[in-house]
Amino acid sequence: MVSFVTEKKQNLNLLSRIASGDGHGENSSYFDGWKAYEENPFHPIDRPDGVIQMGLAENQLCGDVMRKWVLKHPEASICTEQGLNGFSDIAIFQDYHGLPEFRQAVAKFMEKTRNNRVKFDPDRIVMSGGATGAHETVAFCLANPGDGFLVPTPYYPGFDRDLRWRTGVNLVPVTCHSSDGFKITVEALEAAYEKARESNIPVKGLLMTNPSNPLGTTLDRECLKSLVKFTNEKKIHLIADEIYAATTFGQSEFISVAEVIEEIEDCNRDLIHIVYSLSKDMGLPGFRVGIVYSYNDRVVQIARKMSSFGLVSSQTQHLIAKMLSDEDFVDEFIRESKLRLAARHAELTTGLDGLGIGWLKAEAGLFLWMDLRNLLKTATFDSETELWRVIIHQVKLNVSPGGSFHCHEPGWFRVCFANMDHKTMETALERIRVFTSQLEEETKPMASTTMMAKKKKKCWQSNLRLSFNDKRRFDDGFFSPHSPVPPSPLVRAQT
Amino acid sequence: MKQLSTKVTSNAHGQDSSYFLGWEEYEKNPYDETKNPNGIIQMGLAENQLCFDLIETWLAKNPDAAGLKKDGQSIFKELALFQDYHGLPEFKKALAEFMEEIRGNRVTFDPSKIVLAAGSTSANETLMFCLAEPGDAFLLPTPYYPGFDRDLKWRTGAEIVPIHCSSSNGFQITESALQQAYQQAQKLDLKVKGILVTNPSNPLGTMLTRRELNLLVDFVSSKNIHLISDEIYSGTVFGFEQFVSVMDVLKDKNLENTEVSKRVHVVYSLSKDLGLPGFRVGAIYSNDEMVVSAATKMSSFGLVSSQTQYLLSALLSDKKFTSTYLDENKKRLKIRQKQLVSGLEAAGVTSLKSNAGLFCWVDMRHLLDTNTFEAELELWKKIVYEVKLNISPGSSCHCTEPGWFRVCFANMSEDTLDLAMKRLKEYVESTDSRRMISKSSHERIKSLRKRTVSNWVFRVSWTDRVPDER
Repeated sequence: MVSFVTEKKQNLNLLSRIASGDGHGENSSYFDGWKAYEENPFHPIDRPDGVIQMGLAENQLCGDVMRKWVLKHPEASICTEQGLNGFSDIAIFQDYHGLPEFRQAVAKFMEKTRNNRVKFDPDRIVMSGGATGAHETVAFCLANPGDGFLVPTPYYPGFDRDLRWRTGVNLVPVTCHSSDGFKITVEALEAAYEKARESNIPVKGLLMTNPSNPLGTTLDRECLKSLVKFTNEKKIHLIADEIYAATTFGQSEFISVAEVIEEIEDCNRDLIHIVYSLSKDMGLPGFRVGIVYSYNDRVVQIARKMSSFGLVSSQTQHLIAKMLSDEDFVDEFIRESKLRLAARHAELTTGLDGLGIGWLKAEAGLFLWMDLRNLLKTATFDSETELWRVIIHQVKLNVSPGGSFHCHEPGWFRVCFANMDHKTMETALERIRVFTSQLEEETKPMASTTMMAKKKKKCWQSNLRLSFNDKRRFDDGFFSPHSPVPPSPLVRAQT
Repeated sequence: MKQLSTKVTSNAHGQDSSYFLGWEEYEKNPYDETKNPNGIIQMGLAENQLCFDLIETWLAKNPDAAGLKKDGQSIFKELALFQDYHGLPEFKKALAEFMEEIRGNRVTFDPSKIVLAAGSTSANETLMFCLAEPGDAFLLPTPYYPGFDRDLKWRTGAEIVPIHCSSSNGFQITESALQQAYQQAQKLDLKVKGILVTNPSNPLGTMLTRRELNLLVDFVSSKNIHLISDEIYSGTVFGFEQFVSVMDVLKDKNLENTEVSKRVHVVYSLSKDLGLPGFRVGAIYSNDEMVVSAATKMSSFGLVSSQTQYLLSALLSDKKFTSTYLDENKKRLKIRQKQLVSGLEAAGVTSLKSNAGLFCWVDMRHLLDTNTFEAELELWKKIVYEVKLNISPGSSCHCTEPGWFRVCFANMSEDTLDLAMKRLKEYVESTDSRRMISKSSHERIKSLRKRTVSNWVFRVSWTDRVPDER
C-alpha cells in the first residue's frame, strides 16, 4: 500500500503541474449530472425512466434540413464519385490560412447571421479547434500568465478551462444581479477592475458572450457601446464570444460588436476580437469549426500561426465551403432553425408557466434560465446543490445548477431544450409537473420581485419537505464546483 | 506592444527561420509544368503524394464510408454531433491496429491508451504541456525538424537542449553526446524532463538502430525522465531493414508494464504514412494513465473532425487495403528515393544512406566556399534563387556541421524530380567550371573526387562497422 502511494507520488512529480492539477475543471461535481445521464440515459423505448439530458447546449433541431442538403450535394464530399477529383488536393492541404473558399463562405455566413448589417473580411478569419481552441488561442495572444480577463457572471463553465488551464491567465468575475435583470453595468465592471488591481492581477481584457450562455439574452446596443467604451478607455481588449449569433428567435435581434464599433468615433479596433464557431448555429460540434476574428493585424498573424495546433480538417473545410456558399440553403436553414427554436422554447416555457415556474425572459440560445429560488430550503448554494441532486436523481433531468456558472445568487438552473425531440420535451415537462405537484404547498413570501415574464405564482413552503422517499445521502457542505451563476445580464420585461 | 502577450511579440514561433523563408519564396514563384516551368520546385515539403490513387480507388469501392453512411443510411447527423474527446471508438481501434501492422504485429497497442490530436503538431505540444513546466528542458538529437522549436517551446515555455550528432558516425546518437547534453542542461540550470527523438528521423531519413534505442531507454530509466518517440514516419520505411519501434525495445528488454514503460510515449500521425496532412490526424500513445487522462482533456483544444474519424476508421479497418497500401507505399518510396540519389550522384553530390522518410540528407559541404554557416546560407540562396529548388538548409534543422541539406522527393512527379536533378547538375557543373578557372583544375578535380570517394568509402564501411543488433 505504502509503496503504491509513494509510486503514485513519484509519478505525480514526473508530470507537469498543469497535467496533475485540477485546472481542467472536470473534477467539479457539475459532471455528476453528466455521469448520472451516462449511466442511465433516457430513451423513449429502451429506457423510458432514464435521465433526460437537459445539460447539453446542442442545436439538434435542423438535422434533417442539413442531411437533405448533404445527400443532394455529393460533390461537397471529396470522397464520393462526384467529389473524388478533389480528394488529393484537399488531403494534402494543410496551409494554416485555410481554404480561401472556406474563409469566404464563413465570412458570408457571419454576415448573414448579423442580417448583413456588417461586412467581415475573409482574410481576418483564422481557424481554431472549435470555440474551445479559439478562446485558448486568444488568451495566449492577449495575456501573459498571471494576467486577468474580466468575465460577467453567469458564464459558461468551460471558460475556466479554456482561458486559464494551460495559459495561466486568471478570470475575474463581473458580478451581475437578477434584481436588474443580470445587466452588465459599468459599476460592476469598474468594481471588478478595481478588485483585480487590488489583487495585483493586471487586467488585459473583458470577455463577454453575446447572446449569453447561460442566460439566452442578447445585449442591446447601448450596453454593447458601453462595453466598447469601457474597454477602450481602460486600453484593454474586448473579446466577444458570438457563437450563438444565429440562435435568436422571436422579437429579439442580435447586434454584433462588429456593428457597434462602426458607430463609435475613435474606436481602437486593435482591441476588438470575435470568437465564432459553427457548433451552435449550424449544429455541427463534431466538425470542430472554430474561428478567431480579430481587428488587430498582429493578433490575426500570430493566431494564424497558433492555429497549427488546431486546424480545421481540410475535408471539413471543403464541405463547409460548399454548404455555406449555397445561399439559398443558408437562408432556409437559418429561417427554419429560428422557427424551430422558437417553437421548442415556447413549448418549454408554456409548460413551466403552467406549473408556476419562473424563467428569465430571453429569446436566444439553446437553453432557458430557470428560476427555482423559491424551491430552495435556504437561499444558499448548499440548498441549490441539494435541489439539483433531487432533480437529477429523482426527477431524472440533467439540468445545470447556477453555481456551476458562477452565478451570484443560488436557485437558478440552465435547462437546454434544443437537443431533444418533441416527445422527450413532453416527457421532461410531465416529470417536472409530477415533481412540483408532490411538493407541499405553504404560504411563503416571495424572496424578491424581479423583472420576469408573467407567470402563475404559487407560494412555496420555506422549509420545503419532499414528500417522496429519498434515501440518498446528500453531500454535506458540498459546494457546487460551478461557482454561483450570476443573474442574467439584460432582462427586459415585455410588459 | 504591451497590449499583446510576449508570445505574440517574440519570435518564438520560429517562423523567421530560413526553413520557412524558403517556403515563402516558393509561394511567390511556384513551379508548374505548364504554367510556370521556370518556377521554384518545392523540395522542402515532406509530403507523401505517391499513393493517392490507392486511397481514391478504395473510396470508389466503398460508397458508404465515402458518403458518411452506415449500411446505406446517412449518419451525418450523428457524426455532426459527435464531439466526445475520447474519439470514435472504431477509429481508435483501427488506428491501434494500423500502428501494430506497421510494426509487423510484434507489439500491441491498446486503443484506450490512444489520445487523438489535431496532427502531430498538436500531439507534441500537448505532451509538452503534460510533461514539462515552463523552463524545463527536453533533449533532442540534432539535426531535428525545425517545427519542434515552435511545437515544443512556443506556448509551453519548455526548452530544447541539443544532443549533438555528427557526420563522423552517420549522425547516430552516442552515449557521450547524450551525457554531454544532459550536463549542458544542468549547466544552464534547466531541469531535464525527457528526451524526444524522431524515428525514423526527420531530416536524416534513417532509422534509429537498436543500439541507440537501448541506449535511450537505459538513459531515461537511470535518470528517471521521459522518452518521447515521434514515429510519424514509421510507415515510410522502404529499406530492407525492419522498423524497430521503441515499443519493440521495451518488449525485448522485458520492460513492458514497468515504471519505465510509463515514461515512454509514442507520437503518431497519418500525415506522412497515408499522405493526409490536411485531415489533421495525430495521436499520442502513452502507458501512463495520468498522461492519457490529462492529454485527453487537452485534446478539446484540437479534436479530430468526426467526419474525418469516420472515414478513416472505415479505411483503416479494411485490412486488405492497409496491407496493400503499406506494401505499395514502400515500393514507390524506394523507387523515388533511388531516382533522387542517382540524380544527386550524377551531379557529384552524395547523401546519407537512407532507408526511410520522404527526403534525403544531402551532403553539399564540397560546394561551400568556406566551412561556415554563412557559406551554407549563401549556397542555399543560390539554390533557391538560381537553381530554383527549395531545399532546407541544415542550419534550420540545428545541424552542427554546415553544408547539409534536406531534399524531399515524395511530393512531386517523376518528371519534376528529373528536372530538379537536371537543374542541380547544371548548377554544379557551372560552379565547378567557374572554380576551375580560379583554382588549378587538376587540384580541384582531385580534391572533389577524394571527398566524393571518401564519403562513399565512409558510408559503406560505416554500415559494416555498426551492425544491426536485431
